[in-house]
Amino acid sequence: MANIHLQDVEKYFADNYVVRKLNLQIHDSEFVVLLGPSGCGKTTTLRAIAGLEEIDRGDIVIGGKAVQNLRAADRDIAFVFQFFALYPHLSAYDNIAFPLRASGQSRSVIDTRVREVARAIGIEPLLHRKPSALSGGDMQRVAIGRALVRRPKAVLMDEPIGALDAKMRETMRTELKRLHLENSSTTIYVTHDQVEAMSLADRIAVMDEGVLQQVGTPMDVYRHPKNLFVAQFIGSPVMNVLPGRLLAEGGRMKLFLVDAAEALDFAGPVPPQSIRTEEGLMIGVRPEAVQVARTEQAGYIPIEAHLIEPLGAYDIVDLKLGSQFLRARTASGFVAGPGQTVWARIDESQTHFFCPQSGIALEAPR
Amino acid sequence: MAHVRLQGITKKFGSHAAVSDLDLEIADGQFFVLLGPTGAGKTTTLRLIAGLERPDSGTIYIGRQNVTGWTPAQRDIALVLQQFSLYPRYTVRENLAFPLKSPARRLARSTIDERVARAAAIVRVEHLLDRKTDRLSGGEMQRVSIGRAIVRQPRIFLMDEPLSNLDAKLREALRAELKDLKTKLGATFLFVTHDQIEAMSMGDRIAVLNAGRITQVGTPYEMYNEPNDVFVAAFVGTPTMNLLPAEVKDGTALATAGGFEFSLDGAARERFANAEGPLTIGVRAEDIRIGPREAIEAVAHGVENHGVEKIVTLRINDCLLRATIPAADPIAIEDRIRFSFVPERLHGFDVKTGLNLRRRQ
Repeated sequence: MANIHLQDVEKYFADNYVVRKLNLQIHDSEFVVLLGPSGCGKTTTLRAIAGLEEIDRGDIVIGGKAVQNLRAADRDIAFVFQFFALYPHLSAYDNIAFPLRASGQSRSVIDTRVREVARAIGIEPLLHRKPSALSGGDMQRVAIGRALVRRPKAVLMDEPIGALDAKMRETMRTELKRLHLENSSTTIYVTHDQVEAMSLADRIAVMDEGVLQQVGTPMDVYRHPKNLFVAQFIGSPVMNVLPGRLLAEGGRMKLFLVDAAEALDFAGPVPPQSIRTEEGLMIGVRPEAVQVARTEQAGYIPIEAHLIEPLGAYDIVDLKLGSQFLRARTASGFVAGPGQTVWARIDESQTHFFCPQSGIALEAPR
Repeated sequence: MAHVRLQGITKKFGSHAAVSDLDLEIADGQFFVLLGPTGAGKTTTLRLIAGLERPDSGTIYIGRQNVTGWTPAQRDIALVLQQFSLYPRYTVRENLAFPLKSPARRLARSTIDERVARAAAIVRVEHLLDRKTDRLSGGEMQRVSIGRAIVRQPRIFLMDEPLSNLDAKLREALRAELKDLKTKLGATFLFVTHDQIEAMSMGDRIAVLNAGRITQVGTPYEMYNEPNDVFVAAFVGTPTMNLLPAEVKDGTALATAGGFEFSLDGAARERFANAEGPLTIGVRAEDIRIGPREAIEAVAHGVENHGVEKIVTLRINDCLLRATIPAADPIAIEDRIRFSFVPERLHGFDVKTGLNLRRRQ
């Protein structure tokens, strides 16, 4: 067990500045997810911690000790890849036992540890099988078992369930989370899938273009994104972001969304006047914060439903605001069909404001 | 009119039948989605319609014509694939114009310009017309690929996983754009995907394909709410529908792995009339009620925060069930929690055939 501190870590591939002054403190036993699109630097960061990449500047400190000059094998870290790197000629048992044998443990210690780990990851009945006789999910369980069996200081995982089908991913998410609670090893997990990040992480570190954008609990990054990138990377369907303006009219705040025929009353907290510039704001609203009614309601504006995406448990309805759309999440079948007029408002407490130039969130006083 | 009909189509590769005795009907102007896992025969079906494969038996009609023996070019179909096949050294404009410059078409320069401009406007790449395609983002490239299909004004668009290589945000945006495109062009679309969200959100109708056979054809609503069998039930919807083995006796079900009982009387009776003996019972995550007064006790085995809501995995002995709860619910792993099922939303499936009990009646 160990904490992991990244201090001003920088990495170039030739002229390509892929990790930019990264600072991240991961606590002992914490499950941290590095989340971002492909090319954001998350995998490079993970590989640098593992010792599979050298860094150009900065420190990687594991359990109080700077390790950036140590070889991968000397860092006492286990790595799980997306593609199960199992020995095909060895049984699941021997695959899991392999790292212990390599370090010269006694046979009885090995047997106890292998069975303990196998029980934790639910593959005890499969221990005699060769990888070719295992399903994708079971292979990845074995790979994870092999990583945990050494009781490393930290476990690093690079999209470990990305290659599995949707149903298996759901199951594995629950298992990984429980496994972490049971053996509480410090875990760093890389993914581009925000659902995985939200489901698994104690804290999420969102990266884009080599820059750490925000670190926080899942609820924190979902509810209080620090910038437009985080706001639109986390959550599905994607947060609506529309240009708009907040103006005081007759003692009340009014929100003018781009192209909307009518302004909305806005009773919630607003960013200070000083940063509500002439060019207006970017207004962010998640689809579940767009409230839709079938009939006219006070405080709602009439708006045309352009298209409806039925997703089973709920629908996503595109509401037409001139040339732009506001997507709302409604109960299944709530809006009968495209072309219908419905009434909508947005929930002030779930409305975000961003600076149109920098994309930085303008926090209203909470 | 671009109505498509497949009748008794079988296609084998060696001894493996990729598609077996397939019947399929796509109405003119429909957005039709073929949904299934890898290897289900979706792409083969699409390639058969395009004329890139010949069926071993069966007939393909487009409009009223039997096109089984026709070449791809004669079929007047446009194909959009997962891998954007654009000419990298050419501009967007040249790529869009390319299909129109074939000598066989003999189109006037002004007609070509007009069609390119129109297609560019539809897929919103007007501002990129003079850019080389290797300078485009993935989403822009896929828009140009679709634009290149549009300029030809085909009767039918065939699309094979065109959104799979794009990131989540772009996929969402293009889903809506493609659906919109169908409305604007009034053409027939056949869209192949393994992603049930794409199928649900875009399809006027969906055909679920499994191991070369069609399991169900219907609207997204029907797929989700009235699945024909266990395969469709489990393939459509996230989280995956809970499927629990049960033993039914006198209107009461005993969940085998869970050891708990629940009634199939009352609101559930219509669907479970005469059900007796072993049965698979399906219940969606949102059809599980959670609350202190509910009938069955469980332990929270896992809790996932999805932002808009949470998914809690309930453990009752050896049985795991996923339920949707509000995001603000403070449930933690290993908490005790009570639940029950919304009776009218339960599905019964035959243990052997996997068929929904409704289909027996």
